[in-house]
Amino acid sequence: MKITCVRWICQLFFLLLFFWFCIVASVGEAWWQLRGWPVNWLLQLDPLHALGVLFSTGALNPGLIWAMATIVLTILLGRFFCGWVCPFGTLHQALGWLGERGATRRGRRRRRLPHPAQGIKYYLLAVLLVAAIGGWLSSGAQALGDQVRLVHFFRHVFSATLQTGWLDPLSLMHRSINLVLLPWLGRAARIVWASPRVHPGALWIAWIFFSSLAINFWRPRFYCRYVCPLGALLGILGRFSLWRVGKKSLTCSDCLDCNTGCEGACDPAGRIQTHECVLCMKCLWACPEQVMAYRTARSAGGEIAAPNLTRRGLITAVGAGLATPPILRLGTGLNGYADRIRPPGARAETELLARCIKCGQCMRVCPTNIVQPALLEAGWEGIWTPVLNFRMGGCALPCVACGQICPTGALRPLSVDEKLGRNRFAETGPIRIGTAFVDLGRCLPWAMDRPCIVCQENCPVSPKAIFVREVYNPVRNPLPPLIGADPLTVRFGAPVLPAGRFATGDFYCRVEGKSGPRPRRIVEHGMDFLAIDPNDPWDPPPRPGDGTEVLVRLQRPVVDPEHCIGCGMCEHVCPLSGVKAIRVHAENESRHVGRSFLL
Amino acid sequence: MRSTGFDRERRDFLIRSLKAASAVAITGMVGQRFGWRTPPVKIREFGAVQLPDFSRPGLDPRMSIVAGADRIQTLRRAVEALGGWSAFVSPGERVLLKVNAAFASPPVIGATTHPDLVAETVRQCLRVGAAAVLVTDNPIHEPSTAFELTGIGPAARAAGAELILPREEYFRPCDLPRGRLLHHWPLLYQPFVGVNRLIGLAPVKAHYRSGASMTLKNWYGLLGGRRSVFHQDLHTLIMELALLVRPTLVILDGTMTMVTNGPTGGSITDLKPTHVMIASTDPVAADAFGATLLGRKPSELPHLTRAAAAGAGTVSYELLNPIRMSAGTL
Repeated sequence: MKITCVRWICQLFFLLLFFWFCIVASVGEAWWQLRGWPVNWLLQLDPLHALGVLFSTGALNPGLIWAMATIVLTILLGRFFCGWVCPFGTLHQALGWLGERGATRRGRRRRRLPHPAQGIKYYLLAVLLVAAIGGWLSSGAQALGDQVRLVHFFRHVFSATLQTGWLDPLSLMHRSINLVLLPWLGRAARIVWASPRVHPGALWIAWIFFSSLAINFWRPRFYCRYVCPLGALLGILGRFSLWRVGKKSLTCSDCLDCNTGCEGACDPAGRIQTHECVLCMKCLWACPEQVMAYRTARSAGGEIAAPNLTRRGLITAVGAGLATPPILRLGTGLNGYADRIRPPGARAETELLARCIKCGQCMRVCPTNIVQPALLEAGWEGIWTPVLNFRMGGCALPCVACGQICPTGALRPLSVDEKLGRNRFAETGPIRIGTAFVDLGRCLPWAMDRPCIVCQENCPVSPKAIFVREVYNPVRNPLPPLIGADPLTVRFGAPVLPAGRFATGDFYCRVEGKSGPRPRRIVEHGMDFLAIDPNDPWDPPPRPGDGTEVLVRLQRPVVDPEHCIGCGMCEHVCPLSGVKAIRVHAENESRHVGRSFLL
Repeated sequence: MRSTGFDRERRDFLIRSLKAASAVAITGMVGQRFGWRTPPVKIREFGAVQLPDFSRPGLDPRMSIVAGADRIQTLRRAVEALGGWSAFVSPGERVLLKVNAAFASPPVIGATTHPDLVAETVRQCLRVGAAAVLVTDNPIHEPSTAFELTGIGPAARAAGAELILPREEYFRPCDLPRGRLLHHWPLLYQPFVGVNRLIGLAPVKAHYRSGASMTLKNWYGLLGGRRSVFHQDLHTLIMELALLVRPTLVILDGTMTMVTNGPTGGSITDLKPTHVMIASTDPVAADAFGATLLGRKPSELPHLTRAAAAGAGTVSYELLNPIRMSAGTL
């Protein structure tokens, strides 16, 4: 079998494995649902994530150590990950092949020649990794000890942000499949979810995904060659690889067939650019004279082992990487962002931003569809990081799926006990996502004298964080004095009451006079009489001429911030379909001490 | 004769004229077809459905109240007292169980129908020859999570029932004749297709808005759409549900009564052991008795008195001569 066939089989295997992991990342017990499937494995194999998290936090999340396997193999073999494993690379390769059908050999060769712009990805890598490493410089300033002013200077001049998720191919693909393809196809075929999924801003994610695929028709593997920071990292790691592709002898017929199919655009016919070679092995089979080989010796045609980067370019990239995070932070005021409500288990904001790789796994796994990719709710830095949208639903009390799946620990893997503050965590209390606020100008019982309290009914904590204050408010149209009464009925001389309207059980009658001010529940009425609950008669009965009022009994919701955990169930069930009358904001979230507003 | 350049130009112009003329004609025809009519307003896409009466013909209203802590024992005695399961389900019939799976909370919280109750009902229906037993509800929380966590899903499947989770297309607009609120409102209708018998299974829970949530309030889970608007007049809605849904049998589980913090609960301290199981063909009567478990008079619950006045059953459950017994003496 040709080595290229073996490679195709390998690529197809990892591509299908990738899709399979995307599909099985559903909460459930069936064999095709989350049941120990290592759904993060491909993300964990990605050294850019491991390195990024290591740089920005000084530690690895469990599982990210898998990246060491990729790193070691790349050091020994070269960029095998790009050519043999990466599912995004496989898509690019397939589309590049599709776009070249019918093209001439000369045309193909032209599209697969090296281009100086392939250096861009190394600069991008430098910017992203340096932006992540700022945290070390910032915290390393502690070593200066009592040089208070210097420590202060360093702590404020540097900070870290992990933005590798923008361009990392595994993140990009997970995000695109999780938030675009699966919800779109799943909506039609109902393969994964019973109800349709919603993701704000899916268009932008789709646009990046599909345009990076479509551009393969212009230049095959465009993304891999010019953009991919992971490819750049692996290119650098493979610099000393023991095995490499190259010519066995300098003399050949110079047919250039080896360049015709080259995936990495690394010019195997000339001086091969080893760091660009993705080990597609096409040149091995294309060469009619079997000059090309993958072996321990360097190419007889000569090699360019390292990317040709300019010092100026690198200094610019490093400077940009160092300056970007602190300048981004200038946009974050003391109070953060009003709509930035993070999932339970989210770390404090800077900690979260130092870990989130924007892969969308938490959004994929959330059974209620409330974890959503941020647009600008968390600032530019937080684009596509997880925020909660309680219009979709409330955070289910016993669910900890988002923190359990997070590959980098941006969301901590909570246990149900910790989330709810039970047993071992009874002292610390439940995890608070935020606090609900009643909008008195929109809430039906507060603003419009209509009974409702769906929010109170659905508040899932015990005791309920929403309690009610009972009031009796007179209805809009006043009644004339009554003309006759007995202990259970009052009569009016004229048809003054709208038929049936006050007999629902929510309306009460109060008579001024000696019968006592307590409102009595109306059980029946015609247009000219009212009858009240026989369990509570008037004593003595009202007298003709007494003033009468019809009152509506209202239960007005009030939030008790001591008990509210910000699960958002109230916001979800509020019957108003425009702006909800009770809304959760991030105040009092437990991930950050400074966000508490309680005394 | 050789065609001149002029000829070619003329032929080209004539052909273009023809094409342009047809394009203009098509534009005109489209305009003629659509231009002068106000598009019809489409709000109601399907005809409204109504639910059949599932009560067993020729069966007098009857009710039993069985004391005991073991749900399976009390349920068994309660239904035996009414004539056994075969009095309600005949061989070959398809039975639908409407459970309360509203919240994704575990059975111990008592906010939902207990899985033991569901499993036993399914087993008994199948034992007396039911062709199929279906279990459904439209929970407030995410449906698959709710059915799993309440234990109702696994229990129903293990006992041999078919679980029907709500989906968009399972809802059909439904009308209650002479109703005030239930007009063309989406109802979880698909599970009812081909079904002969309907059994409601509900726990006894306090409820701030309606006073209590029992077998009648349980039908609320058949509604779809933005049903929370009904809380503005919840008593009327429950009354209308009592008229809309006529079950074969209801089981009201008063083993543990949620006396505070209802209807979600959230803590076992919200529950009070009342140790009683009620089976009734009259849901109003069952709920009237259930109200006493919450320490309330049935007449204090407007939806009960109004449902009774509208003809859905009786609040004076003693008139049914309920059979009282204890499962402890077995």
